[in-house]
Amino acid sequence: METSKRFNVRTSPCMRLAAVCVLLLMPAMVCAQDAADQQAADIDVPPLAPPSNVRIEIPPNNDGTQLKVFWNLSPDDRPGEPGHRVKEYRIERADAAIGEFASVGNPQPSTVMEFHDRKLPRGVSYVYRIIAVAEDGARSQPAMSDAAGVRPTIHLFDTRRAWFLPLTLLVCFWIVYFVYLARKGVQLKIRKIAGLEAVDEAVGRATEMGRPILFVPGIQDMNQIQTVAGITILAHIGRTAAEYDAKIEVPTSRSLVMTAARETLESAYLAAGRPDAYHDDMSYYVTDEQFGYVAYLTGYMVRQKPAACFYLGAFFAESLMLAETGNSIGAIQVAGTAEPAQLPFFVAACDYTLIGEEFFAASAYLSGEPEQLGTLKGQDAGKIIGAILLVIGCALATAASVTGSEQLAAATNYLRFNVLGSE
Amino acid sequence: MKRTIPLFIAAVAGYVMVIAIFVPRLTDWREDAELWFNILAAVAFVLGGASILGMHLKRVSDRRAGWGYSLVTLGAFLTTLIVGLLKVGVPPSPDHPTVAWSGAYETEGGVFKWIFDNSILPITATMFAMLAFYVASAAFRAFRAKNLEAGLLLGTAFIILLGRSYAGTMLTGWYADAYPRLTLPGLTDIIMGVFNTAGQRAIMIGIALGVVATSLKILLGIDRSYLGGRGS
Repeated sequence: METSKRFNVRTSPCMRLAAVCVLLLMPAMVCAQDAADQQAADIDVPPLAPPSNVRIEIPPNNDGTQLKVFWNLSPDDRPGEPGHRVKEYRIERADAAIGEFASVGNPQPSTVMEFHDRKLPRGVSYVYRIIAVAEDGARSQPAMSDAAGVRPTIHLFDTRRAWFLPLTLLVCFWIVYFVYLARKGVQLKIRKIAGLEAVDEAVGRATEMGRPILFVPGIQDMNQIQTVAGITILAHIGRTAAEYDAKIEVPTSRSLVMTAARETLESAYLAAGRPDAYHDDMSYYVTDEQFGYVAYLTGYMVRQKPAACFYLGAFFAESLMLAETGNSIGAIQVAGTAEPAQLPFFVAACDYTLIGEEFFAASAYLSGEPEQLGTLKGQDAGKIIGAILLVIGCALATAASVTGSEQLAAATNYLRFNVLGSE
Repeated sequence: MKRTIPLFIAAVAGYVMVIAIFVPRLTDWREDAELWFNILAAVAFVLGGASILGMHLKRVSDRRAGWGYSLVTLGAFLTTLIVGLLKVGVPPSPDHPTVAWSGAYETEGGVFKWIFDNSILPITATMFAMLAFYVASAAFRAFRAKNLEAGLLLGTAFIILLGRSYAGTMLTGWYADAYPRLTLPGLTDIIMGVFNTAGQRAIMIGIALGVVATSLKILLGIDRSYLGGRGS
C-alpha cells in the first residue's frame, strides 16, 4: 500500500491539458527541427560542382559499336585534399534523336576521366551526360556533351591486325603452294605418326576380339575446328571398321555432331562397299551435360568393354575420366586434342596421343591423298616463319636486357605487341 | 548437290569469318553467321531428343541387357521435358503477374529448378569429385621410374607437388631468405614459368598452324570428309 502511494503523483487538470498539448505538438516540432537542420546543412554545404568539357571520340578500328567519352573532373574532385567530395561519376547515354538518358556505367575511382562504351547498336547518334556523385549520395548538375551527338563510324580495316594479315597470307600461300606441287605430282615426304599408324591396328584388334569400337568426338559442337578434325578422322576409322566388319559406336554430346557423324559413317560404309552394314544407331545423341556424357561413356565402357577407344576432339575435365576407364578395361586407346591442358592426362592413360598439330594432320595423313599431304608441308613452312620470328624476338630481348638499350626494348615490345599481338 | 550446297555454305561462312577479323564492316555478317549456327543447333535439339527416345524405346522393347537403365533415362527425360515445357510450379513474372506461364522456366520455386538443384547439381558434383581418384591412379602409373625419362618426370612431379602445397614451404622455408629460387615453391615457379610454358607454347604454335591448314582444307574443299565425302 505504501509503495503504491509513493508513485501516485497528483496533478492538476491544467497540467494534464498542457501535457496533452505538448504530446500533440511534438511531431510537428520534430519536423520543424529537421527542416531547420536541413536548411542549415544546405546553407553550409554548397551543391556538388559538375564535371566539364564532355567530349565524345570515335575509337580507332571501330566496328560501329564503340564510343569513348572524356570529361574534365569536377572542381570538388581533389583526392587527398580538403574539400574532396566526389565518389564516382555516373555516365548516362541517350539516342540524340530521342533524348531519354539511361545509366551506362559509373567508372571508379573518381579520378578516371574517360569511359569506353561498347556494344552500342549501330547507326545511331549518341549524346552523353556525366553526373558527379558524392559520398553522401548528393549529385551534381549533369554536364552534357554536344547536343548533336556522335554516330560511331565503321572503319574499313582493323589496323591492330596489320601484321597478322600478311603473316596469315604468307602461311596460306605456302599451304596452297604445296597443295599445287602435290597436284603436279611432286612426292612429299611425311614422317610417320605412331598414333595414326595404330588406328588400323586398334580396329583390327576390336575385330579379332569381337568387341565394339568406341569413338568419342569431344564435347563441343560442329563450329569448333577440333570437332571437325575429329569427324574427318572418323571417316577413315569408319571405313576401316566397315572393311573389317567391326562394330563402331559414336555417342555424341551435341545433336549436330551426331548428324555429321551419321553422314560421315554412311559415306564411309558406302566407300567400303558395305552400305548394308550401316545403320543410324551407330551414332546417337546422349546429352549436352558434360558429366552426364562422361557418366554414360564410362558406364558404356565398363558394360560393353570396347576393344578400341578413340578420343578425338575437344576435351576438358572429362579427358582423364574417359582415358582411365578405358585403361582399366584394357582397351587400346588413341587420343588427340588441341587442348594443351588435357594432353598430359591422355599421355598418361592412353596408348597413343596425337599432340596438337598431329591431331590436325591426322585426316591428311590417313587419307594419303597428295593434296592433303601438301597442307602438312605448308604447315612446316609456317613453322619456319614462326621459328624465325622466335629467334629474332629472343635475340632482341636478350640484347635489350644486356645492353639496357631503350630502342632495343622498344623493338622487342613492337614485335611482341604489334607483330605478334593485336595492340 | 547433297555435298555441294553444304560445302558452299561452309566456304562462304568460313570466308566471312576470316575476313571479318580484319574488316570491321563485316562484323554484322559474322554475327549473323554465328546466329544462324545457334538457330541450327537449337533445331538440332529436336533430332537429339528423337535420337534419345528412339534408341531407349528400342532397348526397352527389345529387353536388351540394361534395359532398366533405358527406362529410367526415358522417365527422367520425359519428366524434365514436360515440367520444363509446361513450367510446372513456376510463378508468373513480376512484370506480368496476371499472365500465366510468363515466368522463366528456371525460376526459383519451379519444379524444373528443383529438379536441377536437387538432382543434376549433386550428381554432376559427384562425378567431378571422382576426378581426384582418377588423377591419383593416373599419376601412380605415369610416375613409375622405369627409365631415365620417367625418372625425370617423377622428380619434376615430386617438386611440383611439394612446391604447390604447404609442405614445400615448410621443408625449405628456412633458407627462403637466402636462396628464394632454390626453395620448392621457387623451383616450382621456375619449372612452371620456364620449362612448362616453353613446351606449351611450342604445342600452341603447332596447333595454330594446324588450325590454319585444316581451315584452308575445308574452305578450299580439299577435305570433305566432315561432310561424308572423301577428299577433293
